[in-house]
Amino acid sequence: MSDSDKKKPNRRDFILTATTAAGAVGVGAAVWPLVDQMNPDASVKALASTEVDVSSVQPGQSITVIWRGKPVFIKRRTQDEIDSARAVDLSELKHPEKDEDRAKDPEWLVMLGVCTHLGCVPLTDKGDYNAWFCPCHGSHYDTSGRIRKGPAPTNMEVPKYEFVNSNTIKIG
Amino acid sequence: MSDHDYTPKSKVGKWFNDRLPLLTLANHLTDYPTPKNLNYWWTFGGILTFCLITQIITGIILGMHYVAHADLAFQSVEHIMRDVNYGWLIRYVHANGASMFFLAVYIHIFRSLYYGSYKSPREVIWIIGMLIYFLMMATAFMGYVLPWGQMSFWGATVITNLFSAIPLVGDSITTWLWGGYSVDNPTLTRFFSLHYLFPFLILGLVILHIWALHVPGNNNPIGIDIKKPSKDTVPFHPYIVIKDLFALLIFLIIFAFFVFFSPNILGHADNYIEANPLVTPAHIVPEWYLLPFYAILRSVPDKLLGVIAMFAAIFVLVILPWLDTSKVRSTVFRPIYKQFYWFLVADVLILGYVGAMPAEGLYLLIARVATAYYFAHFLIILPFLGMKEKTTPLPLSITEPVLGGSADMAMAKNNSDYKEKL
Repeated sequence: MSDSDKKKPNRRDFILTATTAAGAVGVGAAVWPLVDQMNPDASVKALASTEVDVSSVQPGQSITVIWRGKPVFIKRRTQDEIDSARAVDLSELKHPEKDEDRAKDPEWLVMLGVCTHLGCVPLTDKGDYNAWFCPCHGSHYDTSGRIRKGPAPTNMEVPKYEFVNSNTIKIG
Repeated sequence: MSDHDYTPKSKVGKWFNDRLPLLTLANHLTDYPTPKNLNYWWTFGGILTFCLITQIITGIILGMHYVAHADLAFQSVEHIMRDVNYGWLIRYVHANGASMFFLAVYIHIFRSLYYGSYKSPREVIWIIGMLIYFLMMATAFMGYVLPWGQMSFWGATVITNLFSAIPLVGDSITTWLWGGYSVDNPTLTRFFSLHYLFPFLILGLVILHIWALHVPGNNNPIGIDIKKPSKDTVPFHPYIVIKDLFALLIFLIIFAFFVFFSPNILGHADNYIEANPLVTPAHIVPEWYLLPFYAILRSVPDKLLGVIAMFAAIFVLVILPWLDTSKVRSTVFRPIYKQFYWFLVADVLILGYVGAMPAEGLYLLIARVATAYYFAHFLIILPFLGMKEKTTPLPLSITEPVLGGSADMAMAKNNSDYKEKL
């Protein structure tokens, strides 16, 4: 073997390298289906959007609907809540986002009801900001669903949604 | 096996043994020389083997009646409890058996820590043991999800969300683990599949653990090497077998107390409510045996760092043989380490306690101090103490202090001699 170190690669070396490379690609191709089968399947992906009738929601009320197995909060905010969310100085925020960007229509806040820390469902009208509070590890969110205090790293996520008409919201 | 030759007496035995030396293995296991000063803390290896076999047998039976489906799992567990003949008994043995398994494994681990069983030449036994412990935690966690109660669901949500802390790929990994966008039926079915598999991986590792043990032989309470062949050892059978069986009997009394008199005391009432993805229980708590790690996770205010700290808490145990620099194995001869050992025991118990409490105010402060101390013990105290500590003299052999009455200076070798010898 020590002789071959000095020699330039011969045909045998070429075949060994080529075989190993082809074998590695083959093993990778065979393993990928075994790994990918664990990803969301077609039936899970098919439930990608939900339509919600919000005509009966009164100002100050919040409803929770299920989208992709997760709770979505739809909150019809009062003027006080909108004002307090808009009055916040962005420099105070751990994850700076304007309320205007989170709620297209200021009266309606639509967001995933999932704490960004470890996935618990926060309680409504609770906590230091009288908005959302996660009971699991004590994260406090404001009336815009932004993280203000506690271990959660980011604001509660706003999913893609649109008003189909004035009474119906389509999430997803 | 190499230290004695064995030939079966019968002709058939010899014929078989020449082809597959199982009888040689059996003979090795019965004659295996064991230090004669082993105390009752050494009986937990046998107890743990019993626990593993019990979990496998009861688990296979439960698998015959359980239905792994999000809509049916909760009812099928109630069906086992109410309709299946002796189903209540088998499930309570399995559920409490997990707690008993962890009780025994914690005693086994702390016995190793006290008597230095993880030190050279037994590092590989220790590392395999830590792998077993890690797989046990994964198995127990997935098993707790199967009844599909509120604690099952939300425990699974919190633990799988730990992976979302990984930068860049965290969310993809979490989605991959779930098989969806939240914990749901695909998560349940894969957890059932893996919960069935892992105990057999543990069984394989247990065989390696015992194999690795039989190469250097058992450590012992005074932690010095035994001289073979000598009066320092007794054969495994019948001496250790009978002693292990007696200890197992005592252990079974405690086990039976939980199963028959308070089968739910170690569980959570919330798990008798069917899983509801819209309502998080007011207070999510893992099973008691995971609480110290849960306390470490929550004591760090940053999500990613909290997860790292929790996994690091297990990883420092894996590299322990290289963190403890002391050549003296047994704490009996380490007066200062002995105090730190008990501090660590107290620290872990405190972490377990605050892990069960809400993460706020004083509890959070205590959790942070205890977490800092936990890491300081392994990363600062152990390496430096091993270099500085003045240990007391070691006896020359296991037999000597017994026969000679005491390990006085005349018959004990100085620690410095011992170090020279190494």
